[in-house]
Amino acid sequence: MELHDVWFVLIAVLWIGYFFLEGFDFGVGVLTKLLARDRAEKRVLINTIGPVWDGNEVWLLSAGGATFAAFPEWYATLFSGFYLPLLLILLCLILRGVAFEYRAKRPDERWQTNWEHTIFWTSLLPAFLWGVAFGNIVRGVEIDARKEYVGSVFDLLNPYALLGGLVTLTLFTFHGTVFTALKTVGDIRLRARKLALALGLLTAVLALGFLGWTQADNGDGASMVALVVAVVALLAALGANQLGREGWSFALSGLTIVAAVAMLFLTLFPNVMPSSLDDDWSLTVTNASSSPYTLKIMTWCAGIATPVVLLYQSWTYWVFRKRIGTQHIAPDLPHGTSDVPSDSAADVPSDSAPDVPSDSARDVSAGRAH
Amino acid sequence: MDLALAPETLARWQFGITTVYHFLFVPLTISLAALTAILETAWVRTGKEQYLRATKFWGKLFLINIAMGVVTGIVQEFQFGMNWSDYSRFVGDVFGAPLAFEALIAFFFESTFIGLWIFGWDKLPKKLHCATIWMVSIGTVLSAYFIIAANAFMQHPVGYRLVERDGVQRAELTDFAKVLFQETALVNFFHVIAATILVGGAFMTGIAIFHLRRKRHVRTMRMSLRLGLVTAFVGTLLTVISADTLGKVMYEQQPMKMSAAEALWESEKPAPFSLFAYGDVAEGHNKVAIEIPGVLSFLAKNNFNAEIPGINDLNKEAQEKFGPGDYRPNIPTAYWSYRWMIGFGGVSMALCTAGLWLTRRKVWLAPEHRTGPDEVPKLMLTKNKELAPKLGTWWWRLSQWTLIFPLIGTAWGWIFTETGRQPWVVYGVLRTEDAVSPGVSQGEVITSLVVFTLVYAILAVIEVRLLLKYVRQGPPKLSEADLNPPTRIGGPPGGASTGTDAEADADRPMAFSY
Repeated sequence: MELHDVWFVLIAVLWIGYFFLEGFDFGVGVLTKLLARDRAEKRVLINTIGPVWDGNEVWLLSAGGATFAAFPEWYATLFSGFYLPLLLILLCLILRGVAFEYRAKRPDERWQTNWEHTIFWTSLLPAFLWGVAFGNIVRGVEIDARKEYVGSVFDLLNPYALLGGLVTLTLFTFHGTVFTALKTVGDIRLRARKLALALGLLTAVLALGFLGWTQADNGDGASMVALVVAVVALLAALGANQLGREGWSFALSGLTIVAAVAMLFLTLFPNVMPSSLDDDWSLTVTNASSSPYTLKIMTWCAGIATPVVLLYQSWTYWVFRKRIGTQHIAPDLPHGTSDVPSDSAADVPSDSAPDVPSDSARDVSAGRAH
Repeated sequence: MDLALAPETLARWQFGITTVYHFLFVPLTISLAALTAILETAWVRTGKEQYLRATKFWGKLFLINIAMGVVTGIVQEFQFGMNWSDYSRFVGDVFGAPLAFEALIAFFFESTFIGLWIFGWDKLPKKLHCATIWMVSIGTVLSAYFIIAANAFMQHPVGYRLVERDGVQRAELTDFAKVLFQETALVNFFHVIAATILVGGAFMTGIAIFHLRRKRHVRTMRMSLRLGLVTAFVGTLLTVISADTLGKVMYEQQPMKMSAAEALWESEKPAPFSLFAYGDVAEGHNKVAIEIPGVLSFLAKNNFNAEIPGINDLNKEAQEKFGPGDYRPNIPTAYWSYRWMIGFGGVSMALCTAGLWLTRRKVWLAPEHRTGPDEVPKLMLTKNKELAPKLGTWWWRLSQWTLIFPLIGTAWGWIFTETGRQPWVVYGVLRTEDAVSPGVSQGEVITSLVVFTLVYAILAVIEVRLLLKYVRQGPPKLSEADLNPPTRIGGPPGGASTGTDAEADADRPMAFSY
């Protein structure tokens, strides 16, 4: 196995990591409208992923950066070719991050509602668009002899890719639902289990269609194995969910994602972006890759960094392992009681000095109003 | 195609807007992370409440900033591929590695540990909690280093060779250590971090003054004021030293950029430092010029009599080397951005250095003028002499309102160093016009340019208003739980409140929720 093959595998691993992790937090974002009944429940959902979504997202940045370093041609063709969908994904990720961080920073109703809408849409759209993007990568797009994408944005919206989008959307939402069942207590946990059943069945149908189509087009023995693992894992996740084994159900829905993404990469290899115009114009692991020297350095870096990352990210999940319910949410003020603007008594003598200028008095009372 | 709408122009505007915008959050984030970490360390070591309150206050402002820094950084990672695909193909072998390193080493650090810090107040023992903000801080600095190393390759390409593959030329890495640790990267990093320290110091100083002038939160804010001023002073010293070093390196590597910064059209010996110039770019000379003789020679070469090459000669030299063309950057932009960088930074340097002296607590100060931790410090000029009240008021006022001057200075610094490199994207190797994505349409670039600009503008308004709200609010009141952090990971808080039974503990609200 040459280094560029190793890097094909590593990039697949980074994408798998991204979809496994951000998959459930996209799903949870979608559930804020699908599952939550009121704001308290919305907050429960958001807080199940609160400490981890940012770390999850870095898997995408790593996949992007690693693609740039290991397969510059792939990086260049993919991101200039899928320009508008990628722009939309980037906008979603920008707004989504801000929404999580800023939503609770003001108590007013409109502010919070607006950010909640933002969380829903900016979770749903990327969950769908990544599927569309990968559908197109696997299927092949119009790439010319200069390795440039020459199709239009509408060519990307073909039935196969759109089906791929639906699969990632439903699969991530299902993954998010079993994650919710695992991470919450109370009524929402039971409803999550119920919803998981319906979503899981829908996902199974769509995934079978999409993966079957992929297998029929480009499949081989290995991809067939991955397909079977994906489908069996999904059904087993459903079974575990019905038996109330939430940990197993989550692990198995995760395995579904791993197997499904692995299958896509298996059918892709040795191409990284096949051309639908001419096989000779396809980007492959050899003609898109960096020099062996760069790949060697990158291998060292990834070989050392990735296990360490896995270690401290797992530790984070362990620290925040406790289930949460509506009773655990800090009162609807940013940072709970500790955030009530401190009054003069708190900051020792001179704060309570009688000569407080009038504008400061106004500031303080305005602060207290909420 | 009309130059204003040429793909290169549009792509450059987009890169400029998104990058300058992103970099508004970067120095604030880096410096506030470190300052918050220092404050939390002070709390862990001394147990004094004022440090915890300061940690929570500055930490909050830090979080509001890093949120924007993180999300705008995502765009940076992908826009090379989107708008600059030929650049990506050409340099990916060299340039991609530091970017990938940044993601794998620095981003994961920042993003994972920031989650632990935000949500970990009631989950982690205080030493461990403090360690998480240090990890974030290390992550932010590492991140800056990798990016600056990548940028240094564009300023001064080293450690590569040109290779032809499938009929297309590209740069291939030959020595990664050289790329990471070349002099350009080191001095640039030194300068950026120095300026970053100044940014954080001035920001902290300005906000502390805002509260001190209203006599609110005096104990916390007085301490913050001193920390801010010391930080700004350290930043000032380092910025000046690093600027001098960087200037000399740049005169070696990119004389055109530096002569453009001085509007020095003809080679001169000795060369003057320009205070004001107004010139004719097409004709290649200044119409008005106010100059200090010899100073530029000294700044560039440590010698008041050294010859400094002028723009016109350098342009001719480049034409002989690279073929016909205009090898001058936009001279007015280079000239003025350089001056704005120094000007904005300099105002803060002067005010903060003065403030460090004026607000001293003990040094050369008569006992009757010393103020306690709960008093607003007096502005003392000498041992017994207070600064004239009018001047004093102006110092308070100006130091408050110039809180973001160094930040503006850093933005101009980037505009200077990036536009001053033109017409090259990789100096002397790849032209900017050859770096854009050939397959991306004008409509697509305009769309993304407009969308990013609009979204960024809206977010700027939201962010600034949120910052103002939290700045005004001041440090939070501390709760029992804040003062009694847990003694074991994920466990109940130690200290007085351990008496609660397990069930009540299980239902305890989190210290922080989104």
